Amino acid sequence: MGRIFKFGKDVDTDQIIASQYLLFPTIDEMKSHTFESLDTEFASKVTPGDFVVADENFGCGSSREQAPSVLKALGVKAVIAKSFARIFYRNAINIGLPVIVSKVLYDESSSGDEMSLDLDHGIILANGKEYSCTKLPAKMQAILDQGGLIASLNKEEA
Amino acid sequence: MGMTMAEKIIAMAAGVKETKAGDIQTVTLDYMMSNDGTTHLTIDMYNNDLKNPHINDPSKLVWIVDHNIPADSPKTAASHKKMRDFARENNIDFYEGEGVCHQVMMEKYVCPGQLIFGADSHTCAYGALGAFGTGVGCTDYLYAMVTGTSWLLVPETIRFNLHGALKEGVYARDLILTIIGKISANGANYKVMEFAGDGLKSLSVSDRISVCNLCVEAGAKTALMEVDDIAMDYLKSHGRSPKALFKSDDDAIFSEVYDIDLSEIEPIVAKPHFVDNVVPAKESLGVKIDEAFLGSCNNGRIEDLRVGAQIIKGKHVADKVRFLVVPASREIYNQAMEEGLLSIFLEAGAIVMNPNCSVCWGSCQGVIGEGETLISTGTRNFKGRAGHKDSFVYLASAATVTASAITGEITTADMLK
Repeated sequence: MGRIFKFGKDVDTDQIIASQYLLFPTIDEMKSHTFESLDTEFASKVTPGDFVVADENFGCGSSREQAPSVLKALGVKAVIAKSFARIFYRNAINIGLPVIVSKVLYDESSSGDEMSLDLDHGIILANGKEYSCTKLPAKMQAILDQGGLIASLNKEEA
Repeated sequence: MGMTMAEKIIAMAAGVKETKAGDIQTVTLDYMMSNDGTTHLTIDMYNNDLKNPHINDPSKLVWIVDHNIPADSPKTAASHKKMRDFARENNIDFYEGEGVCHQVMMEKYVCPGQLIFGADSHTCAYGALGAFGTGVGCTDYLYAMVTGTSWLLVPETIRFNLHGALKEGVYARDLILTIIGKISANGANYKVMEFAGDGLKSLSVSDRISVCNLCVEAGAKTALMEVDDIAMDYLKSHGRSPKALFKSDDDAIFSEVYDIDLSEIEPIVAKPHFVDNVVPAKESLGVKIDEAFLGSCNNGRIEDLRVGAQIIKGKHVADKVRFLVVPASREIYNQAMEEGLLSIFLEAGAIVMNPNCSVCWGSCQGVIGEGETLISTGTRNFKGRAGHKDSFVYLASAATVTASAITGEITTADMLK
């Protein structure tokens, strides 16, 4: 089980991690600034195994891979949104952060709610209710299964 | 069945005769561009995470320091040094101080028919020359660097048929902001925005870059424009020729088709904090500004500087307002100097900076403080994009930005006449 942290519609990657931190040498040095403009306490409140839940078009804007990377580094287990912007979606899978489409969870959950996720079967359990989520395209599921694109590349080249 | 322009470019890059939206193709890339926003992380992954680190073909890599040039802190300097040293050791084309990455790519590399990855979302600008440019993160970039290839889901295409010409005092930026307002911030998610029609010939290459560059703000995977004499003249004047010339077949399938009468477009402002939050500029008049910015890969070309200079010549920037003028490349800076434009801006009290991303990305220079308002020709107006998280960014054309710098509040250029 993990807790839900809810964010709204069109959350852009500048909100996830702002420009002024992107050139910091490592993701670990950036992660305490995650979602700083929306919730200054997010990075200190979130614990490994928690979830980010959002409305439409999560991760729009810049292609900065730092956005999914800081979420993963803070231990966010998955992002569940009504829809994702294209580059963020691809980046998240590439680094092994599950991104899951559910059209209803956002409307039926609140920040602080507990939920669990069964990735293999695409089932979310929250507030005593089951939600099935949209499957990843096979190509992307294969990348995620191998732990991300670099792990997959290392296997190809082995 | 007919194919779209995007399908033809992808088919060629994949070495197949045909492909259609929804297919997944493995493509060979023509160029891979990366800038200082993420390259330091790519290098770390290259050095630490790869079993067999190597570069497929260094001649296809272009690395450009533009986001924070010159460096603003020791941390930035360290990231730049890492990038510079790696480029030198691996024979990668490397630029710093040359200009904003997409402008440099347009001036020196992009050719019609190419498929280009850029580790920057505004790579979709390359469609102005009929190339399929798309933004990726550093992991996709690293994979492409090592293998020379990547995979793509062949996107659907939304077609925009442009008709007629823009009125005097209305610019390409007003056109694309109008379109984004119409289809919304995810209206083209995963799709291509293709522009064609008789109205295209009324748009210069600079205008076309402005239009294509901003398509990612509607979620587009890329933007594409048919290559005509205007694009070919630009290409020839920069010493290059096409890889291939494609246009969509008459029976190609488009997910949506829009017809746009260019003469109906009016000056537009995108209000905080979303690019699709557009209103006619007339509805935002009088909003007090603290800073104005003329520059960026979207609107820092010689044509934009000429528009600004003509408006501000003989006038002065408003009291307590900063007006940043940032040519998008060295080539443009030089030309602006030769044409006397920089003197006009300087005499009017503007701050003229070196070519870089400037305040368009809120970390380089000219950032705004708590509660301050910026009017900008930059690419985005997200919350905190230009500095403090509680600040405000309005997007507008070079003309509206310059007129606003003069009065200290949102103003359209025709009001100064």
